[in-house]
Amino acid sequence: MRGVKKRFSGVPALADGNLELHRGDIHALCGGNGAGKSTLLNILMGFIQPDEGEIFINGTPVHFASAREALDAGVAIVQQELSAVPDLTVAENIFLGAEPHRHGFVDFGRLNNDADELLKSLGYDISPTETMKHLSVASQQLVEIAKALSHRNADILIFDEPTSAIGEKDAARLFKALRDLASAGKGIIFVTHRISEIFEIANRYTVLKDGAQVATGNVADITREQLIEKMVGTPVDREFVKRNRPGTIPLLEVRNLTRAPHFEGISFTVHAGEVLGIYGLMGSGRTETLDAIYGLRRADTGSVSVRGRVLKGRGAGEALDAGMAYVTEDRKRNGLVACAPVGQNLSLSILQRVQKWGFVDSRKENRYIDKAIRTMRINPPDTRQLVRYLSGGNQQKVVLGRCFLTDPGILLLDEPTRGVDVEAKNEIYRLISDFAQAGGGAVIVSSELEEILGVSDRILIFRRGRLATMFSREDATPKKLLMAAV
Amino acid sequence: MRKDATVLAKRYGIIIVFVLLCLLVSAVCQYKVIRGEWPENAFTTRDNFLLILYQVSINGILAIGMTIVIISGGIDLSVGSVLAFAGMLAASFATSSAAVTPWSGSYGIAIPAVSALLAGVACGAVNGWVVSRFRIQAFIATLGMLLAARGFTMSLTGGNPISSLSPALRWFGTGRVFGVPVPIVILLVVFGCAWVLLNKTVFGRHVYAVGGNENSACTSGIKTNRVKIWVYVSSGFLAGLAGIILTAKTGSAQTNAGSSYELDAIAAAVIGGSSMKGGVGTVSGTLFGALIMGVMNNGLDILGVESFYQSIVKGVLIVAAVILDASREQADD
Repeated sequence: MRGVKKRFSGVPALADGNLELHRGDIHALCGGNGAGKSTLLNILMGFIQPDEGEIFINGTPVHFASAREALDAGVAIVQQELSAVPDLTVAENIFLGAEPHRHGFVDFGRLNNDADELLKSLGYDISPTETMKHLSVASQQLVEIAKALSHRNADILIFDEPTSAIGEKDAARLFKALRDLASAGKGIIFVTHRISEIFEIANRYTVLKDGAQVATGNVADITREQLIEKMVGTPVDREFVKRNRPGTIPLLEVRNLTRAPHFEGISFTVHAGEVLGIYGLMGSGRTETLDAIYGLRRADTGSVSVRGRVLKGRGAGEALDAGMAYVTEDRKRNGLVACAPVGQNLSLSILQRVQKWGFVDSRKENRYIDKAIRTMRINPPDTRQLVRYLSGGNQQKVVLGRCFLTDPGILLLDEPTRGVDVEAKNEIYRLISDFAQAGGGAVIVSSELEEILGVSDRILIFRRGRLATMFSREDATPKKLLMAAV
Repeated sequence: MRKDATVLAKRYGIIIVFVLLCLLVSAVCQYKVIRGEWPENAFTTRDNFLLILYQVSINGILAIGMTIVIISGGIDLSVGSVLAFAGMLAASFATSSAAVTPWSGSYGIAIPAVSALLAGVACGAVNGWVVSRFRIQAFIATLGMLLAARGFTMSLTGGNPISSLSPALRWFGTGRVFGVPVPIVILLVVFGCAWVLLNKTVFGRHVYAVGGNENSACTSGIKTNRVKIWVYVSSGFLAGLAGIILTAKTGSAQTNAGSSYELDAIAAAVIGGSSMKGGVGTVSGTLFGALIMGVMNNGLDILGVESFYQSIVKGVLIVAAVILDASREQADD
């Protein structure tokens, strides 16, 4: 792939995507969030079309107008989200949509035979008649590989974070399968966030940053530190509004919070006036921890106390009463009521304060709503507009507005600027800073290094469900953070 | 501009459809008058309009309860059976016929009415409890109640109907307040209360939020389980109320009363713009949905169209209403 470019509504997602894959290579594609990995792969798989640039397969230029065409040309992805039908057998899954048939009936004899041969030829010890859901996750992934190789003669196999859902033993099996495929002459693109895996399995690497290739070469020629340095790059100086000063009064104390298997033994304290950052990879237990602090999910053991009072774990209502507010990671899933108007979303958490005998006092309510629309600068400033018609940034401001209206002492923010444009981002940083300056305590989870460094007074690093280490604002650098997290 | 038109169509579309339907039926009737087949327009009389409302009252009450449930993201299939159970219970406390149940007799107006409403509330509470506590799909949970409540109804009297009802109970069906039949008055009162409940109270807001996005509602601090229980309780209460009216109207409590009424109630709510996905719907839409069905039945009746054609027309109408809603939503996105 040469000089591939793609812009989404004017914003460049991929400015200069280059990737060279040889037969027998296991090629690690690295880069942080928003580096352009997904865009590059989606173009290669024909899901989206590039604005510029060329793709060559075996030296011939190709142009994929659809995923079908990419598949026919031998590009196959092995889904990380398992796409198997759990109640069908292994053989049925492998030949899904391409079942051998006779007179309109599925020829099960041939189906199972073909599947058995395929699995044996790959050296996978899996019975074709086993029901998919009875297999381990790793075995299911092997079936996915078999499926990718079955109906088309796939030459290029893409693995998008295949190890994120499986344990180390299963990962070893998967890696063996990858090596076998590579030695059989396939080209493999391997995306992972775990640096150690790159050194274990890949022989080539390409680093993307801000939509462009910044480095490529042999894995043998590079050290772990050098690779991380290339992924981090030279930090761009970005302005972060930061006026708060951390105080000494503890607001939120989390002690030994555990919920197996997501996180274990998490303890920290947030002080008045402080912004505490949490950095960690996907699946490191960040979101689950915030959910448990706020009471959306129960913790197995441990305690959460606000201003010295221990919460009893009675759910979000209790947390809100204690002065906590939670801006969730996925606003569509558990932040907003998209089919309801802006106004009703904003006032959802404070209805108890504007009611009398169970009736909503709409004059009082509107005063709150207007205040939120003003301070959040929600655009358009129309309380009756349905939330789903707003832009991502404004939707996020509605979530923030709902949280701020509860007048919280503690604000939990999970990826508060995801899918938000730069202008709205800066406003969100300003809101967080003002909130802490006024004596509030904020916990912010982010996978954007610059963001977490820009807004936090202290930074906790989560790694595989545990608190790996902590940095003060002065000590923290992008490199140190990433080293500690992977 | 286009969006304004969409909003207007969404808000008043149902009323326009209703008016057009009325105009159509009365035009056809007028044609018959002009042709000399009829002495007068049988549709556009005061008595006929009252008759339509009278016929609509039970479905209207059930549909209003159904709307609350549908807005909350659920469905209540049990209303027809709960109606029958409540009606049978009310009748057992208001009959002069020989002992059909060990307790039966005539106890004025309060005891039969309250017992029926309590029966409805109890069935609704069980529905709500099962749905919220065990996270069972509402379709399944209330299907269970549909069967169980029908069984309760039959077990009350060993499968026999109860007749010879006291005049006190019959007032609910045949009485008049200022010349307006009692069922119509009750329908309008229920409509008013439900409108206030959904639009002016904290509970109403919570119902919309839970139906629109239960996870977000939960994050916002709403006790979603409690909301759901009360939603099914209101539906059960209204089914009980409708049971009293139906029993009073017909003068006897039948074990098979109200069967498949839940489908008409769902139809009225859906025609009135409620979304089965939850979070969207209004009681005024539902009222007009019920009226449209009523006018259609009435119009086809007085024009002498066979009832099976009525059923076909109703079926087409429901699906058309949903298609219209779906296409509008797609246009939005």
